[in-house]
Amino acid sequence: MNPFKSIWNFLYISFHRLGSPREFYTISAYATPVFGLLFLGLSTYGAYLGLFVAPADYQQGDSFRIIYVHVPAAWLSLFIYVVMACASAIGLIWRMKMAFVVALCSAPIGAAFTFLALATGSLWGAPIWGTWWEWDARLTSELILLFLYSGVMALYYAFDDRRTAERATAMLAVVGVVIVPIIHYSVEWWSSLHQGATVFREGGPAMPANMLTPLLLMALGFTFFYGYCLFHRARNMVLHNERNSSWVREMINELE
Amino acid sequence: MNWSDFFAMGGYAFYVWSAWGLTGVVLLWQFTQPRLRNAKLRRELKRHYERQKLADSKQ
Repeated sequence: MNPFKSIWNFLYISFHRLGSPREFYTISAYATPVFGLLFLGLSTYGAYLGLFVAPADYQQGDSFRIIYVHVPAAWLSLFIYVVMACASAIGLIWRMKMAFVVALCSAPIGAAFTFLALATGSLWGAPIWGTWWEWDARLTSELILLFLYSGVMALYYAFDDRRTAERATAMLAVVGVVIVPIIHYSVEWWSSLHQGATVFREGGPAMPANMLTPLLLMALGFTFFYGYCLFHRARNMVLHNERNSSWVREMINELE
Repeated sequence: MNWSDFFAMGGYAFYVWSAWGLTGVVLLWQFTQPRLRNAKLRRELKRHYERQKLADSKQ
């Protein structure tokens, strides 16, 4: 059998299996601790390399070590929004229960990473730019992203009917995805205090390997942390949404 | 390695450790929040099922 067809079939079946709340609850019980351990391992090693091994920057000195928390948080703030928008689109098109759950559970995690990106950026900007905040394109568009995440969460709780709330928040998430390319290209389209792309740019990364490696490790670690938190939150939402199902009743009665 | 030099971060200690510390606090909050919610949810569901059971037995 064609290996690509086998992989496609596996992904297709997995996608539909994860679409069932009960299957998702069972599978995520195994995936969650794996994601947690990967986060701990990668971020601990990344933090060690970033704080102890990477040399100080020739212009910014040791203040550049904020990069190892600021950049992964900023990348995750955009990545999570794209995941949320894709899950929302899947929910709207195919009416998958779990797609709405993934989208809604991503919002508070994305908001936390966006807040972190703004706060750590401000702490980095104070000594290097000489200002805590500037209304430039990159900073302002990232702040709008935080408002979008907040809007998605607020809109969900504004409706009494869960189905209406899911559809309304999904539409906002899909429409709001336009902010992602605006944030990414803001430093090229407008004059900005923020530097241009350092890693994902033409001609390859502008950082030496001993500075880049911890950054990539931290970013990968934070991504697994997002997966870990997402599974935990989604499992809670599945329990709440499916509380009248017999499988939830049996599970709760067995465990207690 | 000189630890006081390490923690001084070349004169940027306040900014560097505030950023790393804030990240740690936010990640810890994100880690604990769903776990606390899960424990509360299980207690609520347990009570909910017990009340239903009681109502069914009275009928």
